[in-house]
Amino acid sequence: MTVFRRRHAWLGALVALALVFPQLAAWLGQDFYVAFASRVLIWALLASSLNLLVGVGGMVSLGHAAFYGVGAYVVGIVATEAPQLSAALIAWPAAVAVSGLLALAIGAISLRTRGVYFIMITLAFAQMLFYVFVSLKAYGGDDGMAIARRSALPGLNLADEATFYYVVLALFALCLYALARLTASRFGRVLAGIKDNEARMESLGYATFRFKLVAIVISGAVAGLAGALMANLNTYVSPNMLYWDQSGTVLVMVILGGLGSLWGGLAGAGAYLLFEELATAVTPHWQIGLGALLLGVVFFAPAGIAGLFARRRR
Amino acid sequence: MTSLLILEQCLNGLQFGLMLFLLAAGLTLVFGIMDLINLAHGSLYMLGAYLVATLTQASGNFLLGAALGIAATAVIGMALEVLILRGLYQRDHLSQVLATFALILISNETTRTLWGVQPLQLNVPAWLSGSVELLPGLGYSAFRLAIIVVGLAVAALLYLVITRTRIGMLIRAGASNRPMATAMGTDIKRLFTAVFGAGAALCALAGAMLGPLLAVQVGMGENILILAFVTVVIGGIGSIRGAFVGALLVGVVDTFGRAFMPTLLRHALSPAFADAAGPSLAAISIYLLMVAVLFWKPRGLFPVGA
Amino acid sequence: MNKELLCLLVAGALALPLQAAEKIKVGFISTLSGPGGVLGSAIRDGFQLGLEHAGGKLGGLATELIVEDDQQKPDVAKQLADKLVKRDKVDIMTGIVFQNILQAVEPTVLGAETFYISPNTGPSDLAGAACNPYFFAVSWVSDSYSEASGKNVNDKGFKNVFVLAPNYPGGKDVVAGFKRYYKGGYAGEVYTKLGQLDYAVEISQMRAAKPDAVFFFLPGGMGVNFLKQWQQAGMGKDLPLFGTGWSFDQDTLAAVGEPTLGALNAAHWNLDLDNAANKQFVADFEKKYGRLPNEYASQGYDAALLIDAAVREVKGKIEDKAALRRALEAANFKSVRGAFKFNKNHFPIQNYYLRQVVKDAKGRYVNKTVATIFTDHPDAYVAACKM
Repeated sequence: MTVFRRRHAWLGALVALALVFPQLAAWLGQDFYVAFASRVLIWALLASSLNLLVGVGGMVSLGHAAFYGVGAYVVGIVATEAPQLSAALIAWPAAVAVSGLLALAIGAISLRTRGVYFIMITLAFAQMLFYVFVSLKAYGGDDGMAIARRSALPGLNLADEATFYYVVLALFALCLYALARLTASRFGRVLAGIKDNEARMESLGYATFRFKLVAIVISGAVAGLAGALMANLNTYVSPNMLYWDQSGTVLVMVILGGLGSLWGGLAGAGAYLLFEELATAVTPHWQIGLGALLLGVVFFAPAGIAGLFARRRR
Repeated sequence: MTSLLILEQCLNGLQFGLMLFLLAAGLTLVFGIMDLINLAHGSLYMLGAYLVATLTQASGNFLLGAALGIAATAVIGMALEVLILRGLYQRDHLSQVLATFALILISNETTRTLWGVQPLQLNVPAWLSGSVELLPGLGYSAFRLAIIVVGLAVAALLYLVITRTRIGMLIRAGASNRPMATAMGTDIKRLFTAVFGAGAALCALAGAMLGPLLAVQVGMGENILILAFVTVVIGGIGSIRGAFVGALLVGVVDTFGRAFMPTLLRHALSPAFADAAGPSLAAISIYLLMVAVLFWKPRGLFPVGA
Repeated sequence: MNKELLCLLVAGALALPLQAAEKIKVGFISTLSGPGGVLGSAIRDGFQLGLEHAGGKLGGLATELIVEDDQQKPDVAKQLADKLVKRDKVDIMTGIVFQNILQAVEPTVLGAETFYISPNTGPSDLAGAACNPYFFAVSWVSDSYSEASGKNVNDKGFKNVFVLAPNYPGGKDVVAGFKRYYKGGYAGEVYTKLGQLDYAVEISQMRAAKPDAVFFFLPGGMGVNFLKQWQQAGMGKDLPLFGTGWSFDQDTLAAVGEPTLGALNAAHWNLDLDNAANKQFVADFEKKYGRLPNEYASQGYDAALLIDAAVREVKGKIEDKAALRRALEAANFKSVRGAFKFNKNHFPIQNYYLRQVVKDAKGRYVNKTVATIFTDHPDAYVAACKM
């Protein structure tokens, strides 16, 4: 009972902080951190989508940036090619759909492999897309493309950082809730079963390939939404969003936060970005510190940050 | 296009493939035997190149600098194995990815702090800097020939060690039957350290052979690490033979993609489209190769322990 | 704490219109880590030397220099720019090395009407239709170096040139600059993968195509790779190689060494330019950092001097942005490149020189100025700028 109550206290405090964050930041005269919080939430969304794949489904992808970057490019391309369609209600679902379809195609081929081969084949697809966008002159190539203004959402002014933050927060909460429901559903349990022992699930009569493919599509679609939001936050997209180091960063966030844990994505993205923000101010050699931190997590907190909390609660 | 040019491009492909093999061999050895995904392999390559460059400058002799640099990198590699990596063998691949990614961050920053941001000078020694006339009208760089020779020698040596020696037997046992190998106790611990040291020495050898052709700078490891991983995966993880074949495939496909694809496309398509698409296709050719190989053979060309 | 901050802000706001600011904040975002870090570090070192030569006070104002590392990632740079503009409220920004990084932060910085002094990248759109009253480039337009190379190759009477550049729009733009002034034919035109390691294939193609000269544009590590392999292949002996100054900056020469010897390249600055400001800059830079400065350092140094002169001219009243802009446009300082002035698009009208890599008396590889290619050369885009 106390565990339950304490858990809810944690959650309540977190939600309350998230809700009043823009006011808090304004009161402290630190408006800049509103955009920073939006960035953390978008990365957290991306990491959570990958966590479904890696943590729940056991499919380690090093090509997640492909879905994220393509989602961002959809927003960028719509904004330049058809500005009249640049409403959030059109461009964002389009980004989700395109990334989901891409995930369907990539997943259908990649799922022939597993383990390290799966890591590398997803990486290959992302790198191919990277080189395609680098050489696409129509969309800025290596220079990327600037987006004139954020997407329009009826009744809201997304150019206002606080408004944009609340939209991101709402979408993040919605997706996290959906992911939680999904993980707890029969689908999620089958997926977890496949992670543990695919042969057994197969012999039980489950079409494991289809379950895995659906997981990839959902994960890719959510990553596409994260990309669309990031394109709006930065009003800029570039091939860099598809580069392998982005896939690597989000994978590190997931492991750091906690594999398969609902809050792992948020914890990992938050810790990573906060550390980067604080440490770069202290020393230019901050990457040594980040390296040491990650090593520490591997050896002393194998279940990531979320695992640390879970253990303390017990 | 003359036949001499085609021959020369074949040599280029062979040479580029063997360049990659030097890195891929160590990577696949460590992966196959210790079941360790070592992202820091590229960092050892960087460290090797830096040490070789520094020691060559200090001693004024490329061979001496290379020998000392390779030895030093092997020692550092073994220390790394004993202090950190040993604790990762029993862990899942994701923990290994995270830990060795952390090592990349640490080694890049440490290298930058110690040596500065400016690239280091490491040039071909005078006695290898000319070109050799292989056929009338076909001169080829002596140093690139040296890379071919060293690459083939390393391949032959590894083949002999693995098939003909007691250590090789242990290595094969380790790769195909881990419980049996682990049951052999302390021997296996020492063996693992030695294998990792050998992998690090191969990295430094690659650094010594590639440093004179490529920029010796912080971050040089990551760019080539991806190519080495592609090579290893195409060949089948853990297989030296696979790494060798994979490296040659990657070298030839990449080279031919760059050398002939734009021209071929221009015959087939409109020049404007060919000029736009040709270089892009060439850039992704090795990734297409990998996807194609894994599509037909999901565990690479030479699966280990199948 | 917050009340204190509030009081300070209120007091500051009240005081602003009445008197000169007491302090100037300069935001410096640059690539300081990774392979591109060598460029950003040179710009930073140059800027800091300029600041030192200004007595640590740009234009007589106490100066706070905030240095940030963009890691060569556009989204990181965007976030840093946000922070510097919104949180730190910097007066002037500078430092960025790469064009894609500048593209990412430009809306934030210029949209907030913060002056940006580019110490390196000069995108052609900002020189043309997208020119901006808050943007100044103390360097060049991205195709100026290749224009100069093209003019030089054309004037020397070469008729059959092989061109090599990376396959991205920026690379093709640089080649377009070359083509604007070179009127001869082409033995080949090859675009390679970004970040390519091995150039054996392209070098074989060059040899087979039998050009009478080669022009290449390969920034950063790609250029180092190519130059080493070019010499290795024994190409330098009978085939003249022309490049842009970026591939032959002092740090590259030190890293590559002998393979660069004899190569010809175009730039707007050199170590040996004969003016008092440059002599002092080169001597003091070497004393302070233990190496010779390169173009990037000279541009960083000039950026600091430009800010210093402009702030001095407005007597420290940096809040009067119109006056500060006029002062920046006047560029009333002794540039290490010699005389130059800003065009109406805020890009320089300046000389471009032909340089050749030689060995100096101390055995170091350095550029020697051989000839002047362009005198008081404007860029090709200024006509489109309505400012």
